[in-house]
Amino acid sequence: MSAAKGSYYLPDPSPWPVVTSVGLFFLALGFIFLINSVDGGQWLMLAGVLTIVYMMIRWFGQVIRESEGGAYDDQVDRSFRWSMSWFIFSEIMFFAAFFGALFYARQFAGPWLDNTELLWPGFDFNWPSAGPEGPAAATPSTPPAGPNQFSPMGAWGIPAINTAILLSSGFTVTMAHWGIQKDNRGQLVTWLFLTIVLAIVFVGLQAYEYVHAYTELGLTLGTGIYGATFFMLTGFHGFHVTVGTIMLSVILGRSIKGHFTSGHHFGFEGVAWYWHFVDVVWLGLFIFVYWL
Amino acid sequence: MATAAAHHEEHPGGLTRWLFTTNHKDIGTLYLWFAFIMFFVGGAMAMVIRAELFQPGMQMVEPHFFNQMTTVHALVMIFGGVMPAFVGLANWQIPMMIGAPDMALPRMNNWSFWLLPPAATLLIMSLFMPGGGPAAGWTIYPPLSTQGGMGMDFAILTIHMLGFSSILGSMNIIATILNMRAPGMTLMKMPLFVWTWLITAFLLLAAIPVLAGAVTMLLTDRHFGTSFFDAAGGGDPVMFQHVFWFFGHPEVYILVLPAFGVFSQIIPTFARKPLFGYSSMVFATATIAFLSFIVWAHHMYTVGMPMAGELFFMYSTMLIAVPTGVKVFNWIATMWRGSMTFETPMLYAIAGVFLFTIGGLSGLMLAITPADFQYHDTYFVVAHFHYVIFAGSVLALMGAAYFWLPKWTGHMYNERLGKLHFWLTTISFNVTFFPQHFLGLAGMPRRIPDYALQFTEFNQISSIGAFVLGLSQLLFLYIVVQTIKGGKQATDRVWEGAEGLEWTVPSPAPYHTFATAPQVK
Amino acid sequence: MLKSCVINLKHILYRLFSGMGMSLVPGLAFAEYGLNFQRPVTAIAHELLWLHNAILIICVAILVIVFSFMFYAIIMHRKGRGHQAAKFHDNTTLEIVWTVIPFVILVVMAVPSTATLLKMDDTSNPDMTVQIVGYQWKWKYEYPEQDLSFFSALTTPREQIENQADKGENYLLEVDNPMVLPVGKKIRFVLTANDVLHAWWVPQLGVKKDAIPGYINEMWTQIDEPGTYRGQCAELCGKDHGFMPIVVEAVSEEEFAKWASVQKAKMVAAETRAAKTWSRDELMERGEQIYKQACVACHGATGAGIPGVFPAITGSKISTGPVAAHLDIVLNGKAGTAMQAFKGQLNDADLAAVVTYERNALGNKKGDLVQPAEVKALR
Ligand code: HEA
Ligand code: HEA
Ligand code: HEC
Ligand code: CUA
Ligand SMILES: [Cu+2]
Repeated sequence: MSAAKGSYYLPDPSPWPVVTSVGLFFLALGFIFLINSVDGGQWLMLAGVLTIVYMMIRWFGQVIRESEGGAYDDQVDRSFRWSMSWFIFSEIMFFAAFFGALFYARQFAGPWLDNTELLWPGFDFNWPSAGPEGPAAATPSTPPAGPNQFSPMGAWGIPAINTAILLSSGFTVTMAHWGIQKDNRGQLVTWLFLTIVLAIVFVGLQAYEYVHAYTELGLTLGTGIYGATFFMLTGFHGFHVTVGTIMLSVILGRSIKGHFTSGHHFGFEGVAWYWHFVDVVWLGLFIFVYWL
Repeated sequence: MATAAAHHEEHPGGLTRWLFTTNHKDIGTLYLWFAFIMFFVGGAMAMVIRAELFQPGMQMVEPHFFNQMTTVHALVMIFGGVMPAFVGLANWQIPMMIGAPDMALPRMNNWSFWLLPPAATLLIMSLFMPGGGPAAGWTIYPPLSTQGGMGMDFAILTIHMLGFSSILGSMNIIATILNMRAPGMTLMKMPLFVWTWLITAFLLLAAIPVLAGAVTMLLTDRHFGTSFFDAAGGGDPVMFQHVFWFFGHPEVYILVLPAFGVFSQIIPTFARKPLFGYSSMVFATATIAFLSFIVWAHHMYTVGMPMAGELFFMYSTMLIAVPTGVKVFNWIATMWRGSMTFETPMLYAIAGVFLFTIGGLSGLMLAITPADFQYHDTYFVVAHFHYVIFAGSVLALMGAAYFWLPKWTGHMYNERLGKLHFWLTTISFNVTFFPQHFLGLAGMPRRIPDYALQFTEFNQISSIGAFVLGLSQLLFLYIVVQTIKGGKQATDRVWEGAEGLEWTVPSPAPYHTFATAPQVK
Repeated sequence: MLKSCVINLKHILYRLFSGMGMSLVPGLAFAEYGLNFQRPVTAIAHELLWLHNAILIICVAILVIVFSFMFYAIIMHRKGRGHQAAKFHDNTTLEIVWTVIPFVILVVMAVPSTATLLKMDDTSNPDMTVQIVGYQWKWKYEYPEQDLSFFSALTTPREQIENQADKGENYLLEVDNPMVLPVGKKIRFVLTANDVLHAWWVPQLGVKKDAIPGYINEMWTQIDEPGTYRGQCAELCGKDHGFMPIVVEAVSEEEFAKWASVQKAKMVAAETRAAKTWSRDELMERGEQIYKQACVACHGATGAGIPGVFPAITGSKISTGPVAAHLDIVLNGKAGTAMQAFKGQLNDADLAAVVTYERNALGNKKGDLVQPAEVKALR
């Protein structure tokens, strides 16, 4: 192994980055074709996805082997920590763009439209709103009266339960962390397992909520600015939860196989950080998207 | 000084060396060549623009294609040219400058690079799709960008991929700088190029994801029925501009801060005098970075913001002149009472600082809200940003190339040709872009394929300058290739006044440097 | 050809030299040289020119002073002259000085700028209001007080643009229906757009604002002297962004009133003409006119469009299918695309004519006729 060249582990040349990029290229191209109704888009996408999944298994497998083989010293560990934290920072900025859109629409665009009598006579802006030409808002979570109405999502049903679930999952993952710190594998595995169960329940409830919105509330992506911000924010969050769940599952598998020690478990911690980030974003969502 | 690289120097040969490499120097080289190619692609599009604008009337291209040229020229130059070129410099130089064996995460480093070619392919491909490439300007304002063919979708996905590459690259650079410094290399001893890149990396991490968010909203508005930018659904086209420029303004400092770092390496070397005001340089860079996040709406004075907004953004924008001024003064004070010589890199640095300041001062004029009502969306703006981008970033890149080529290749470049390239470039650059100030003031809007008769002469001057400028770059290519192939053997130190770790290793720098960390006093 | 080149060269040299001279004395540089703002004709435009000249002079002065140090050092402190490098690399006092002085200069610049900005923003108490709507690629002007409304589009002939004819004096800056305004009145503009962003800009008036679909912007002007003032759309709005000029004719108050009544009479006449039943030849002739004026920019002179962006009319499913669907897309446009709703732009007769034309020309041969009454029924 090239670690011999110095103390800092320098990996050997690797084919996986290029493979990933090729996969991404076909994924992107296929996606563009698909949304523009060009034939074959879905097949290109499928090829891209398969390439990426294959790559992930191989690349991450290699990383896990290197990690368990003791290739990563403390300094490498620190590099991982720095880059993971700043990656999470960039994710926060991604969500910030959508939160920014939400605030802008509510604080500025809405009132301006309200005042533009000339173009939108009779439009009164009240959040939730689907804009002057969109359907009108009914009271939260009651079925809309007709096609020209939609019902926004109330905060105190499923969303509140989901908040409780995610907050407890933050707690369970911390319990698992304590487990690893004490080298108590039973505690690690149990609490990690509980975290994943909570995560799956969360995603399930979220999916149920979406179906409910589409079929009963008349609330869709196309429901003006409310539908757009609601689904994009919760959707991207849900996507992150799903990714986080997959990562947690991998970590669970590794824990069961006996990976990680109290002194060496960045893989676990990185995922735990990510999980806390997802958790915090949810709090923001709960307050600004559902509640206020 | 001895390097541990003496033992194995082996690496896979042929194509796989470049495809699979995890070596920061190989990756740096890939980045630099990629950027070079993109400069020529984007430059060729600029030539189409200038050829069409050589005379009033439509001669060469259709208006729709002209708009594609303007748009793709800018995207290619910024995302494919300047940004990757600086990442290439970072890859080559940062590990050597801080005494690290490589970048912190070499495999990811390779991935950051290999995201670029597929992304660029998508962008260029779009030009050949039905309806052509994106044609809404590089700022892709909706609703124009929600209309039209699939070229815009290509551009959006390109931006996603390039942005992801930048994010990975920045994480890597931050981890490298914070974690891989040789013993004794405290933060306040780092070369300024390293400092500017550290700060640039933070800018990238904060700005690029916001752009990703903006284009994602655009994509869903285009294809999935959302109304982020549609008033009928309660959205606002201007909201896109806010989100875009929240990214866009920091972006322009992403383009120029590493260039400031390059100036700060070159000028002390050839003045044979330490950089004046090191800590104020660091502080000024950080201040610029901070301010860059609160000035974005100076691109939007004419959208009809509330008065408080117009005033706030005017004042905050003007403030940026102060830290930037500090940098300019520091460079001049570094030259002051030095013992200067004027090899090609130094010529580039001096011209870069001088011409950048002209662009900076026109930027200050643009910052004055009421005056900007006259300047906005005219060639005055085009002149401004080519002065800051070309003279700031691109001249710095060329200077950096001459400065470090001996270290990279082990050969000295041809000094006479280098000087010739310098004079051709700077003179034709000014001939191209100086007249555009007058065009803008006299009322010529930007992004038009045809113009009224009173603008003819200045456009002709500008086009002639542009053709010479474009041709001169072939000379640059020739010089670089010639230097790689051979030339006078370079010494370790290369330049008499050079200071810093990279000058302590042999030229060309061995494949692995600093496998055992040097001790910095 | 050669002669025009020589003449051009003369102009170029002339401008280059006067350019150098004038950029040093910006206050003197005026429209004749094309080096500075066009001659202002409103108080605001005068103020903007003054402000511009003032900041320009300050900036040039800063540039000269700052870089005289650099060039002095370049000449005097070179190794070739045997100059030895000094060792200093810090000087706190100096650094404070060159932080504070620029700051003070900025404050000095900010004061008049703020004052002018506040003045420009004040749209209160206008004498009259004009509404401006940006379309791809023409302007619509509405005078609510005069009950007038009309479109204003480029009239420069295609042949000039394609270099088959000599270019006229006002090449690209001429329109069919200029905006007419009285001098000496404070006029408030209410600005919006129909499809994408545009920006209404007349340099000599010193006004520029974006026209944003779904939102309203306001600005104002008060023109001092009669004359014809030309400007252009200043926000990229698609293919023909470079071809949507603005012409403002400032006239005395009496002339303005006269113009308004003539314009009104024209509108009424067009409406009565529209109500009758038209013959095939009339429809086709009128239809061709309208097509050339309103549709050609996107769908092309031969009806071929631009594949992938603007669909062809020739052989298109809609223009060879049922009349109702054809009328529907022309009347109501298609949301989210460049195809705009023409029901507010053209009267019944013109719509009937252009649809008839599309179905029976440009390579289509449906053979049917569409009468204004049918259009009216669908509105
Ligand atoms: C490298 C890129 C770069 C850089 C560094 C800058 C730097 C600056 N820019 Fe520029 N800008 C662009 C790239 C850049 N810009 C681009 C690409 C656009 C167009 C985008 C588009 O629409 O497509 C643009 C457009 C743009 C606009 C919008 C114009 C319009 O569309 O109407 C404005 C307005 O405020 C502006 C201002 C400034 C200012 C104040 C600075 C300042 O940072 C400059 C500071 C420097 C100095 C002032 C000189 C040195 C200082 C001294 C010597 C000290 C003494 C000076 C004084 C006291 C005055 N820029
Ligand atoms: C990095 C940014 C960059 C660079 C380098 C350039 C370079 C040039 N640009 Fe560009 N330009 C933009 C960014 C840039 N431009 C942007 C953002 C816009 C706005 C787009 C919009 O409106 O949406 C624009 C718009 C723009 C317009 C206005 C178009 C319009 O409004 O319709 C024009 C017109 O003359 C123009 C001309 C040129 C010319 C002649 C060059 C020449 O300099 C080109 C000649 C150069 C080369 C042939 C390459 C040379 C460089 C190298 C070889 C360096 C390599 C070094 C290393 C790798 C170390 N540009
Ligand atoms: C600014 C550009 C523009 C102008 C001007 C314009 N159109 Fe269109 N037109 C379009 C676009 C874009 C579409 C495609 C809409 C879609 O995606 O279905 C279209 C579609 C059409 C179609 C349907 C073609 C088909 O088969 O899908 C007809 C018919 C049509 N336009 C007629 C007209 C007429 C008549 C005029 C003038 C009075 C006109 N258009 C002016 C842009 C324009
Ligand atoms: Cu309308 Cu540009
Ligand atoms: Cu900016």
